[in-house]
Amino acid sequence: MDDSTAGRERSAWGDAPGSRSWARAFGDLSAGWRQRQLWGHLGWQDIKQRYRRSVLGPLWISISMGVIALGLGILYSLLFQTDIKTFLPHVAVGLLIWNFISGCILEGSEVFIANEGLIKFLPAPLSLHVYRLVWRQTLFFLHNLVIWAILMIVFPHPLGWSLLLAIPGFALLAINGGWISILSGILATRFRDIPPIIASVVQLAFYMTPIVWSVDILSGNAAVRERAQLVEINPLYHFLEIVRAPLLGQEIVWRSWIVVGVITVVGWGVGLLCMRNYRARVAYWV
Amino acid sequence: MSLLSTEPSIDLDGACVDFPIFDAKTRSLKKSVLGRAGGRIGTESKVPIIEALRDISIGLRKGDRVALVGHNGAGKTTILRLMAGIYEPTRGRARVQGKVAPIFDLAVGMDPEISGLDNIIIRGLFLGMTRKEMEARVDDIAEFTELGDYLSMPLRTYSTGMRVRLALGVVTSIDPEILLLDEGIGAVDAEFLAKARGRLNELVERSGILVFASHSDEFLADLCDTAIWMEHGTIKEFGPLREVLHHYKGRDVLA
Repeated sequence: MDDSTAGRERSAWGDAPGSRSWARAFGDLSAGWRQRQLWGHLGWQDIKQRYRRSVLGPLWISISMGVIALGLGILYSLLFQTDIKTFLPHVAVGLLIWNFISGCILEGSEVFIANEGLIKFLPAPLSLHVYRLVWRQTLFFLHNLVIWAILMIVFPHPLGWSLLLAIPGFALLAINGGWISILSGILATRFRDIPPIIASVVQLAFYMTPIVWSVDILSGNAAVRERAQLVEINPLYHFLEIVRAPLLGQEIVWRSWIVVGVITVVGWGVGLLCMRNYRARVAYWV
Repeated sequence: MSLLSTEPSIDLDGACVDFPIFDAKTRSLKKSVLGRAGGRIGTESKVPIIEALRDISIGLRKGDRVALVGHNGAGKTTILRLMAGIYEPTRGRARVQGKVAPIFDLAVGMDPEISGLDNIIIRGLFLGMTRKEMEARVDDIAEFTELGDYLSMPLRTYSTGMRVRLALGVVTSIDPEILLLDEGIGAVDAEFLAKARGRLNELVERSGILVFASHSDEFLADLCDTAIWMEHGTIKEFGPLREVLHHYKGRDVLA
């Protein structure tokens, strides 16, 4: 609001905020939020669409996820020679949280490109597409939660009140899904090389983050114990932990919550700045 | 947005729309091209720019029924998108007040896999209605579109004409204050067209502003009284429909 263009526009046209103003950026976010009936509906539609005319329908989300989780869980617990009772749930729950995170990042980079038609033909707030994306990923996650429930029945874990922390933990994940989609979505719309870069980084990050391996197992090995601690500098590890630890009844590490909190604030700061400066350009770039 | 004025209005003040063309080779576009079709291609910056609209200044008020005429690529669709708020001007200003309903591409925002009924609801939600408001209008739309039982069929089974009926049915049912129509709604049969004209006429009488881009003189004459003649991304003439069409076509087509 403080740059010269905005100032000039204000003086000539009453108090109408210019294209590059915080008011318009926040206005977009709140207008999108008000249309939650629309993106709520569209998010469901996206899921139903994928499984249209199949007999099991959206149940396939849980089944396909369950098969991968079971397969990887068994494979890696044999490779690491660990107890399947703890390792299989670790891998499975890690995978379904990862699925949400990577879904937000990967689809986030395509969020405006994929909605080119809607953006060019129907006036709607940009944030609408972001809300729809995060909502769709949330629905996927909730479907996959069935796998967690089954695992907790088969391999009982000591779940306590700390389980409830999974709710704010997941909420933080979803909130972060918002800025990452806005940021990577806008950047990728302008620079079309970004989506493949993001895709390869996310793939690499999958192996860098303790999903199919665990810090505990490596800590048992004196040779790599110190190296395993390096995982602490991987921000995705903390995002994973704030949901995974409560779901598996593990000890809550507040350090992870603090790291995620800081990233949330900084990330939204950058996301909003990007929104303020380039929101109006997206329709030109798609 | 404004609480002070409830009258719909469109104000464009020196508005420009410049498209950066990222994948075009700058070198091959070194010479500025100014052909019969399309906007001017600027070459000042590193990325080639198409000046789709240049220095557009116009004010439309309630009751204005404006025809948009001009060659392909003259900027008709772009100015409609500017009025819809899809593009914000790269230079200059644009202010649009009122509930805008655009009918640009009838396929967009329509899901071929879901029923016509669901599409009506989604279209309505996109135009700023609530689900309840749309559900209350479904019967009215069903009657107007004469689609009957077809409304429960997936949209992919519809012909182009049926889709046009659906889109027009939604837009005309929601009382928009500003109606923006792009060419391409000609795919309906004559009988329905007459009905749509009646309804559009009614709509424009009742409220707001109509801007209609079309190559059909007859249709334009029916719905509009003034016209904008676009050429190379600028307004060449703005005035009474008959006069502008006369100058544009070189003969008095409405005589």
